[in-house]
Amino acid sequence: MVALPITTASPLAAVARERDLRLDLFRGGALWLIFLDHIPENVVNWITIRNYGFSDATEIFIFISGYTGAFVYGRTMRQRGFVLASARILRRAWQIYVAHIFLFTIFMAEIAYVAATFDNPLYAEEMKILDFLKQPDITIFQALLLKFKPVNMDVLPLYIVLLLLFPPVLYLLLWRPNVALAGSALLYALTWRFDWNLPAYPNGVWFFNPFAWQLLFVFGAWCALGGAQRLAGVLRSRIVLVIAIVYLLFAFMITLTWYYEPFEHLVPSWLGEWMYPIDKTNLDVLRFAHFLALAAVTVHFLPQHWPGLKSPILQPAVRCGQHSLEIFCLGVFLAFAAQFIIAEASGGPFLQIALSLLGIMIMVATANLLTWYKTIEGRSPRERVEPPDADLAGGEA
Amino acid sequence: MIVFAAVLALAVVSGAAAAEPTQECDVPEGLIAGEADLARVTSELKDHHRLDISVVGSGSSALTGPDGARFAYPARLEEALRERLPGNDIKVTAHVQTRLTTADMAASLPKVLADDKPALVIWQAGTVDAMRGIEPDDFRANLEGGVDTISAAGADLVLMNMQYSPRTESMLGVSAYADVMRWVAQQRGALLFDRFEIMRYWTDKGIFDLYAATKDYAMARRVHECIGRALASQIINAAHLDDGKMQTTR
Repeated sequence: MVALPITTASPLAAVARERDLRLDLFRGGALWLIFLDHIPENVVNWITIRNYGFSDATEIFIFISGYTGAFVYGRTMRQRGFVLASARILRRAWQIYVAHIFLFTIFMAEIAYVAATFDNPLYAEEMKILDFLKQPDITIFQALLLKFKPVNMDVLPLYIVLLLLFPPVLYLLLWRPNVALAGSALLYALTWRFDWNLPAYPNGVWFFNPFAWQLLFVFGAWCALGGAQRLAGVLRSRIVLVIAIVYLLFAFMITLTWYYEPFEHLVPSWLGEWMYPIDKTNLDVLRFAHFLALAAVTVHFLPQHWPGLKSPILQPAVRCGQHSLEIFCLGVFLAFAAQFIIAEASGGPFLQIALSLLGIMIMVATANLLTWYKTIEGRSPRERVEPPDADLAGGEA
Repeated sequence: MIVFAAVLALAVVSGAAAAEPTQECDVPEGLIAGEADLARVTSELKDHHRLDISVVGSGSSALTGPDGARFAYPARLEEALRERLPGNDIKVTAHVQTRLTTADMAASLPKVLADDKPALVIWQAGTVDAMRGIEPDDFRANLEGGVDTISAAGADLVLMNMQYSPRTESMLGVSAYADVMRWVAQQRGALLFDRFEIMRYWTDKGIFDLYAATKDYAMARRVHECIGRALASQIINAAHLDDGKMQTTR
């Protein structure tokens, strides 16, 4: 077992000991938004944050996952060593892998159904996207290798890669947090410079480039391990708040020009030339900055001990955030199902709203059911203190 | 009961109307508007009474089945323009081949421009790039390269984006590519024929049920007919040819 150069006397040990309900709340909210965004034809999508700025729910999800991961496994690593913590992290990665393959199976069933029942000469070209069904041997194998990822199934593979690489990163974060963060930023910069990414099947690269998105994950982890406290002074400053708000307004106005064509021409061409495309694959700096601004404003106006966080109105989102992996997978599945129903019924806005609400209700009910299971198994978050597990940080890492 | 019967009757009547889409598929002005002018088209028609158009595209610019080429939108466009601009020599040449990426088409452009010497190029792109997962950055560079080739040859340009295809939407994400096309069109002062939004408009209005599974060519032909007419309207508007009839796409 590797001894860590950190003792309980180190300043880091005092960090983030308490459950931060804001994390649960926002992760739960992000899971709802990811569900809504994954239904392509949905009027309810208008409420999701991607329509009001550069970043979207994915940033929130990855950041909070990094934060909780460091919180949970950081303690384990500090108290019980590198090997044990790594073993738990890798077990988590394995669980997510299994969840991904489960979702893939459901997706394949849907696609196979569409391929068997849908035919229209108008879409002769588009239907060729289903050609992969003619080679199930290759396709399934590529899916197991995480190279073949259907649309909307990109987040979990990213998460798996981030967790696989997490043990050494976490070790470094505990030992030299700023060095780790600088290393992460350097990898991000080099990725942009040299176009690094992982290959995808049948061609192209990963939709969420792990070498770029790791920055957000590591930054979340860094915040959990004392970074947030070090930033507290910065976050309290009025200037930072003003800059963040101005940037959010700027992003909002730019986003408006995407939806109302008459405004499109208001973006000066030099600005557009510099700004576009705002690259989601490589976590564009503008997106990252937008997330930072959102986080800064949120932290400013929503203190950790705000009593409203315990109010019954917010409990549904908090509960969903506490069971993030299960609810994430459920959300992807429900989005497939909703989309399928909308397509079969040629549904209009009312059906879309109804299915969106129903989906969120199912997510909440399932989260409550999972909490109940934990309670009857004596694993209630409140009862259990040592050894610390994921529940403390607001659900699983 | 009477109310029910009336509603039913209305539904039947509107259903019958929907079956005759060429009368109904007019597109609102906003969907075929554009800042760019087609100056070369205007001068070609005014000075020489002729218009040569080249359509460059992939599979969704063609129709399979018997006599597909006659029913696909390039031929329908030619027909619509001849109807609306009588007394002019109008020719539309289609260079359409399935599975062509934007890079493939950009490479073929010099030959098309040299052979046809068109006053206007209609370039349909994006679908195959989305299917192949070409990086949006590369897609943009290929598109810009092609646009520059066309403008260097002195031809006007209409970019056409992908079809709205609700049944394949969960497998085929096109929005990033549509964004690139919109931006490139705006930057280079080209017109964009927003086929995606127009087809979505038809779906929303119940003019076409694009979710429907059918082996029949009838609907596909009607959609192409309507695309050809809407395209003709956009060209006529942007070339300022018959302001009096701008409202109609018939």
